[in-house]
Amino acid sequence: MDINDLRGLLTAVTLFAFIGLCIWAWSSRRKAEFDASAALPLEEDSYMTNSERENI
Amino acid sequence: MDTTASYNDKVVRQFTIMTVVWGIVGMLVGVLIAAQLMWPQLNFDLPFLTYSRLRPLHTNAVIFAFGGSALFATSYYVVQRTCHVRLAFSKLAAFTFWGWQAIIVLAAVTLPLGISQAKEYAELEWPIDLLIAVVWVAYAIVFFTTIGQRRIKHIYVANWFYGAFIITVAVLHIFNNLAVPVTLTKSYIIYTGVVDAMMQWWYGHNAVGFFLTAGFLGMMYYFVPKQAGRPVYSYRLSVVHFWSLIAVYMWAGPHHLHYTSLPDWAQTLGMVFSVILLAPSWGGMINGIMTLSGAWHKLRSDPILKFMIVALSFYGMSTFEGPMMSIKTVNALSHYTEWTIGHVHSGALGWVGMMTIGSIYCLLPRLYNREGMYSTKLIDVHFWTSTIGVVLYAVALWVAGIGEGLMSRAVNSDGTLTYAFIEILASKYPYYGMRLVGGLIYFAGMIIMAYNVWKTIADEEPAPVAIMDPA
Repeated sequence: MDINDLRGLLTAVTLFAFIGLCIWAWSSRRKAEFDASAALPLEEDSYMTNSERENI
Repeated sequence: MDTTASYNDKVVRQFTIMTVVWGIVGMLVGVLIAAQLMWPQLNFDLPFLTYSRLRPLHTNAVIFAFGGSALFATSYYVVQRTCHVRLAFSKLAAFTFWGWQAIIVLAAVTLPLGISQAKEYAELEWPIDLLIAVVWVAYAIVFFTTIGQRRIKHIYVANWFYGAFIITVAVLHIFNNLAVPVTLTKSYIIYTGVVDAMMQWWYGHNAVGFFLTAGFLGMMYYFVPKQAGRPVYSYRLSVVHFWSLIAVYMWAGPHHLHYTSLPDWAQTLGMVFSVILLAPSWGGMINGIMTLSGAWHKLRSDPILKFMIVALSFYGMSTFEGPMMSIKTVNALSHYTEWTIGHVHSGALGWVGMMTIGSIYCLLPRLYNREGMYSTKLIDVHFWTSTIGVVLYAVALWVAGIGEGLMSRAVNSDGTLTYAFIEILASKYPYYGMRLVGGLIYFAGMIIMAYNVWKTIADEEPAPVAIMDPA
């Protein structure tokens, strides 16, 4: 096998990996997990009160 | 206050403040060297004030001191908030802060002294390179251990971008700086000839791709949704964006070496990958901007959001301009002209600078237990100075650069060059002035920011933030 066969093969593998990634990402089974993740930046901090700070 | 009940915000606060400080220092040096291009006597015949020594100081200060501190600050903040866990190894995290500041100070001393490896964006000599490697490995340990200890199953997309940035920069830095030390301040890079050039631009372009792009996309994917109050437009797209961006960026470096002794096939490869890069870049840009869909009215009253959206617009513009300039026939006109510098600055001032500034305005009040920054009006003033500054800067160098390219290639009917070098230089002179004005305006905005930051934090006692329970 010539190195160019490997190069061609790598291109094909990368193409299928990309298509697989898109199918994986758009699968409805990911939706709940993705929605939960996308909400993470919207959480707001809660600052500790003085009594909480004394207890730690 | 070392406890497992609260987040480690001390190191975030330190890096955040230093981002503003180094932004001012780095941009001040930029303004000085822009002025030197107009009035060369501004080096006062002092070796350490010459353009050749201050230019690497400027690039290192804005990229690694300003941009680097911003990336440390935001990655440490984001990884804790999105993993619901305290940052791992508080002492090691403190070491990354003091180590990084020491590197910056060493750079600020050695570069004006003329101690340099003469590799662009990798000028620092080998002892400092070793220190960078140690600090960077510590950074990776802190970041990835925190990820490992997360109490949320899924790793939020911003952390993927930060993680890719940390790993790749470690690999790039170590391999590009392999050198044989001769004395404490002098070493020879182990690569020679065209291999050296290719290593340098593999490093150089990926410093852009991973330091100035992937890292700041991590910032974008956290702070744009946060400030907009809406989840990212498409989380699915963000996953595809991540993998396609990191897969393609790695191969774009050869476009810095068009029409050199680098083999033609490698040049073409670099060009093709650079053009392909348009797709993931614009996918990410659209994903960021569309996060505002349904909330566009917020742009009227929120200057922080304006910073972020204009930053994304500049990201879109410079990731269109970059692939275009990497096409060999366009590069034949643009390379070695001011157009390149204009392109870099619309990315650096427009995308990196404005995304950082917007994110810090969003982050800082949260770090100091305040509702918001001291003055929203001053944020708006800063927004307009930044926007006007970067537009003036970019337009000046587009005109200067395209003119320079056209004049350089003009030939008379007998085949001789139409213009002498000095005529081309003279044609750029007014635009050097316009660029200096743009830079000064952008710099003025940073001073306004420093005042606003100072008034925000001066009398505040930061309160610890309780770690959120797992969702």
